[in-house]
Amino acid sequence: MTTVDLNALRFLPESQRLDRQDYQGRQSTLCKGCGHNSIASQIIAVAYELGINPSYIIKLSGIGCSSKSPAYFLGRSHGFNALHGRMPSVATGAVTANRHLLAIGVSGDGDTGSIGMGQFKHITRRNVRMVYIIENNGVYGLTKGQFSATADMGQETKYAGRNELPPIDLCLEALAGEATFVARSFAGAPKQVKTLLKAALSHNGTAILDIISPCVAFNDHASSTKSYAYGRSNQYPLQDMTFVPSEEEIMINEENYDAQGEQVVELHDGSRIILKKLDKGDHDPTDREAAVRLLEDARSSMNGVPKFITGLIYVDPDRQTLSEAIGMTETPLSHLSEEQLRPSRESLEKMMKGLM
Amino acid sequence: MGDSVQTAERAAPSPATATRINDFQMIVATINGTGSQTSNTAILRALFKMGIPVNGKNIFPSNIQGLPTWFTIRVSKDGYTARRETNEILVAMNPNTAVEDAQQLPSGGICLYDEVFVTDQRYRGFGFEESRDDISYHRLPIDALLKEVDVPKALQDRVRNMVYVGALAHLIGITLESLEEALIHHFKGKEKPVALNMNAIKAAHAWAQENLQTASPYRVEAMNETEGMILIDGNSAGALGAVYGGMTFLAWYPITPSTSLADAATAYANHLRVDENGRKNFAIVQAEDELAAIGMVLGAGWAGARAFTCTSGPGISLMSEFAGMAYFAEIPSVIWDVQRMGPSTGLPTRTSQGDLMSAYLLGHGDTHHVVLMPNDPKEAFEFGWRAFDLADELQTLVFVLSDLDLGMNQWMSDPFDYPDEPMKRGKVLSAEDLEERNGKWYRFVDEDGDGVGYRTLPGTEHWNAAYFARGTGHNKYAVYSERADDWVENLERLRRKFDTARTLVPKPIVHGKKGNPIGIIAYGTSDTAVLEARDYLAEAEIDTCYLRLRALPIEETTRAFIEEHERIYVVENNYDGQLANILRMELPEYATRFITMAHADGWPLTANWITETLKQHEAAQKN
Ligand SMILES: Cc1ncc(C[n+]2csc(CCOP(=O)(O)OP(=O)(O)O)c2C)c(N)n1
Ligand code: SF4
Ligand SMILES: [Mg+2]
Repeated sequence: MTTVDLNALRFLPESQRLDRQDYQGRQSTLCKGCGHNSIASQIIAVAYELGINPSYIIKLSGIGCSSKSPAYFLGRSHGFNALHGRMPSVATGAVTANRHLLAIGVSGDGDTGSIGMGQFKHITRRNVRMVYIIENNGVYGLTKGQFSATADMGQETKYAGRNELPPIDLCLEALAGEATFVARSFAGAPKQVKTLLKAALSHNGTAILDIISPCVAFNDHASSTKSYAYGRSNQYPLQDMTFVPSEEEIMINEENYDAQGEQVVELHDGSRIILKKLDKGDHDPTDREAAVRLLEDARSSMNGVPKFITGLIYVDPDRQTLSEAIGMTETPLSHLSEEQLRPSRESLEKMMKGLM
Repeated sequence: MGDSVQTAERAAPSPATATRINDFQMIVATINGTGSQTSNTAILRALFKMGIPVNGKNIFPSNIQGLPTWFTIRVSKDGYTARRETNEILVAMNPNTAVEDAQQLPSGGICLYDEVFVTDQRYRGFGFEESRDDISYHRLPIDALLKEVDVPKALQDRVRNMVYVGALAHLIGITLESLEEALIHHFKGKEKPVALNMNAIKAAHAWAQENLQTASPYRVEAMNETEGMILIDGNSAGALGAVYGGMTFLAWYPITPSTSLADAATAYANHLRVDENGRKNFAIVQAEDELAAIGMVLGAGWAGARAFTCTSGPGISLMSEFAGMAYFAEIPSVIWDVQRMGPSTGLPTRTSQGDLMSAYLLGHGDTHHVVLMPNDPKEAFEFGWRAFDLADELQTLVFVLSDLDLGMNQWMSDPFDYPDEPMKRGKVLSAEDLEERNGKWYRFVDEDGDGVGYRTLPGTEHWNAAYFARGTGHNKYAVYSERADDWVENLERLRRKFDTARTLVPKPIVHGKKGNPIGIIAYGTSDTAVLEARDYLAEAEIDTCYLRLRALPIEETTRAFIEEHERIYVVENNYDGQLANILRMELPEYATRFITMAHADGWPLTANWITETLKQHEAAQKN
C-alpha cells in the first residue's frame, strides 16, 4: 500500500537526466587494477543508465579497501563510512528512518564474512531494503593480505602461507539467513555486474551481490581462485540476463520457462528480470531449495555443477521488508511535524491522573 | 483452624519501642517467580493512597524461578525515600532465607510468616521461632485460610500472597479501601481479579482481627502528603519522556534493568503515536546485540530520526566503538544507560553508579560525551525528551545515566511537566536553505563559533546537499584527510563544541547556605540518601551545602561551588569514586579538596552510611 510513487523520487524523468560525470566520485586511491575499482565504475554506469536521482541514494560501507570505494562513486549522494563489519546496522537505521532512500552498501569478504557475519545474517533476515555488495577477494586487502574466511582450502599466498581451513560461502550464508535476493558475479564480467545491480536496485528487500573482485596486490597470482585469470576461465553464468525497468513494456511469455527457455521475474516495482536459459543450466532462481542445492553442488563441484557459478541464484520479490513488517509510516521520520511527534498536553495530564 | 488460635502469635517479651507511626521499613521475603510483585505493589500503592510517603524497592535475583527475592517498603512521615538499613517488619515467605531474614530484625521487630515453617515435616528442626526471643512472631495459616476463601481452586496459588497482605493490613493499619483502590489500579479496573484478590485479603484480615491480638509497635495512619503525586518507576518515566520528546527510532537489546524501558517506550508509543491510518510514526527494532542497536541508532540519527537505545553496563562496553564514531562523525544519538553491576551474571540485578567514567569518555581517546543524570521519575521524564534536543543541537551522542534503583523501583513523584519549549532540531539545512546559500555549505566549518557545524540529511533534493560521514580522517569539508593539521583543527573545534555543551546542559541544584566549609556533591539516585543524611548531620551540628550534579560536562555553578567549599565530599554508588576522579581531572586546581565517599555493594546508598562516614572524616579532620 504505497502512497508515494517511490520510483518517481528515486529516478529522474527523462528531461532532467544527469551526465555520466555527475555520478563520479573522488579519485580512487585503490591499487590500479583492483577489482573494487571496476565495480565502482559499474555502479556509476548503472546510476547513469537508470537516471538515478543522487539525492535519494545513500552509500554505506564498513572498513576495508572495498569499503573505501563509496567515496569513489556517486559524489552527489550522502555517504557513511561506518565501522568494520557494522555497515548493516547503520544501513538498517538509515533505511528505516527514511523509506524514500535507496541504499547501496559496499563491504568486503573480511568485513562481511568474519567480523560482520552476525550483522550480515540479521540484515538478510530482516529484509532491509538495500543493495548489499560484497567485494570478495579472499583476503584482507587493507591489512595487507591475511586470508579471509572465503579463501578456498589449500590456497597459498606469499604473505599468509597456506590456508588450511574450508571457505565460508557467503551466498549460502545469505540463503540460510533468509535473504530474498542472492547473486554471485565477477568483477571481470561488467555486463553481468551491471544487470544484477539494476535488478538489485529494484528489489524490495536486501539484495546480496557476492562479487569476486580480485586483489591485485595480494591474491591475483596464477593459483588463486579469486584471481582475474581464474575468473575469466572458470566463470559459469547460469543465465543470460536482461533487466527491464518498470516503465518499459516487454513482450514475452510470462510463464515459467517457455519454449525459448525464458523466465521472467517481476520485481516489486514492476520492473522485470528476463532470464534466458543457457543450454548448460536450468536453474529456477525462485526455488530456494534448488538454490541451496546448486550452491552446495558448486562448492564441491558435484553433480556436474562447476565451482564458479555466476548470475541470479535466488529471488523472492514478495517478502515484506523490515519497515513494512513493523507497520511504520512511509513518511521519512525527519519530515514528521512537532504536532505528530509530541502528543498533546491533555494526553500527558490524563496519563498523570492515571498514575495518582 | 481451631488450634491455630492459641499458637498464632508469640509476642516479644516487652515491646521495645513506643508505637512508631509512619516511620519504619518492612521487608517481604519471597521466592522468585511466586508472583509477589502484585501483592507488594498493592501494599505500596495502598499506603500511597493513604497519603503516606512511601518508596518500594525490589531486590531480585538474576533468575526466573527459585532464588530469593526481597521487597522493601519504607514509610516515612518526613518524606524520606532512600533505602534504610533496618527493616522493622518482616514478612517471611521463603523458608530458605527465613532464619537469616529474621536475624536482621531489630529487637522488638515483628515477623509474619507462613505456618508451614513450623507445621510442615520438611521444615522440622528448622527451629524458626527459637532463633529469636526478642521479636514478635505472627504465624499465618496460609493453606488453611486459602481453603476457606471464595477463590476457584486453580487460582488459589495466584492469590496466596494476598494472605500476608490482609494480615499485615490488620497489624499495621492499612485500610481495606486503600488496598482495593490499589488493586483496581493494578488490574486497570478489571473487576474479576480485583474481587478475587480482595476476597483473599479480606479473609486474611478477618482472621487476623480475631487471632492476632498483640498490638504492633509499628503502625500507619493516613496523612495528606501524597495528594496530587504519582507513583511510577523511572524506566516508564524515561520512556514516556522519550515519546513526548518526539522519539522516532528505538533499537535495543534485552538486558536487565533497561528492558522495561524499551517495553514501556513500545507501549506508550503504540498508544500515543499512531496516526489515523494506523501507521506508527516511529520505528522500534529489537536488534541482535547492543553493537547493532547503537549502529542502527547512528544510521537513523544520521538520516534525521530522533533515535535512541537503552541498555546497561555490559551493553555500553559493546557500544564503545560506535560511541567514538558518534562523537567524531557528529551524529545526534541518545543512549539510556540503566546502570547495574557487571559483567556477566552475579549481581546484574543490583544497582550501581558504576558506568559514569566509561560513559563520559567512551570511545578510543579524546572523546567526551554529554551525560544527563536524573534523580527521580520527574527528571527521568524531562531528560527523556531533553536528551533528543541536546543531541540534535549539539550533533552528538548524549547519555542518560539512570540506574536499577530508579529504573525498576516505584517512586513518588510530582506529575511530569509538559515540555515547556518547542522541539529543537539543531542546525539542519533544507534544500531551500541550500538554495539561499547558492549551495555554499561545508559540513564541519564552524560558521557560528560554537563548534557546531551545519548538517544536511540524506534525501535532501539539492545538488550540493551530500556529504560523507566518517570517523577520524576528515577535514572541515568532510573530505577524507590524513593531514595532521586537519585533525588537530577538528579536535580543537570539537573541544569548542563541548564548551558549548556546558552552557546547554541542565544546571546543578544547590542546597544550603553559603559560608560553610563542607560541600557534598552527588548525582542520580544517591540524592535521596544525601538529603536525608544532611538532616541527621545538621542534628549533629555538622552543616553542609549540597550540589546535585545533573549533567556532565560540568559548568560554572559547579566550579563556583567547589571554589566556595574547603572540603568536598563526593558521594556515589561505585567503588572507585568515579565522579570524584572526573572532578579532579577537570579541575586540577582544586584536586586536593575532593574526598571520595564511594560505596558499591549492589544496594542503594543509605543516609545512615553517608552520615556516619562523613562524621568520621570530619572527626579525623579535627584531630
Ligand atoms: C574493529 C576493527 N578491527 C580491525 C580493523 C582492521 N581492518 C581494517 S580493514 C580489515 C580487513 C578488511 O578486509 P575486507 O573486508 O576483505 O576488505 P578488502 O580490504 O579485502 O577489500 C581489517 C581487519 C578495523 N578497522 N576495525
Ligand atoms: S590491496 Fe588489494 S584490495 Fe586493496 S586496493 Fe590493492 S588490490 Fe584492491
Ligand atoms: Mg577482502
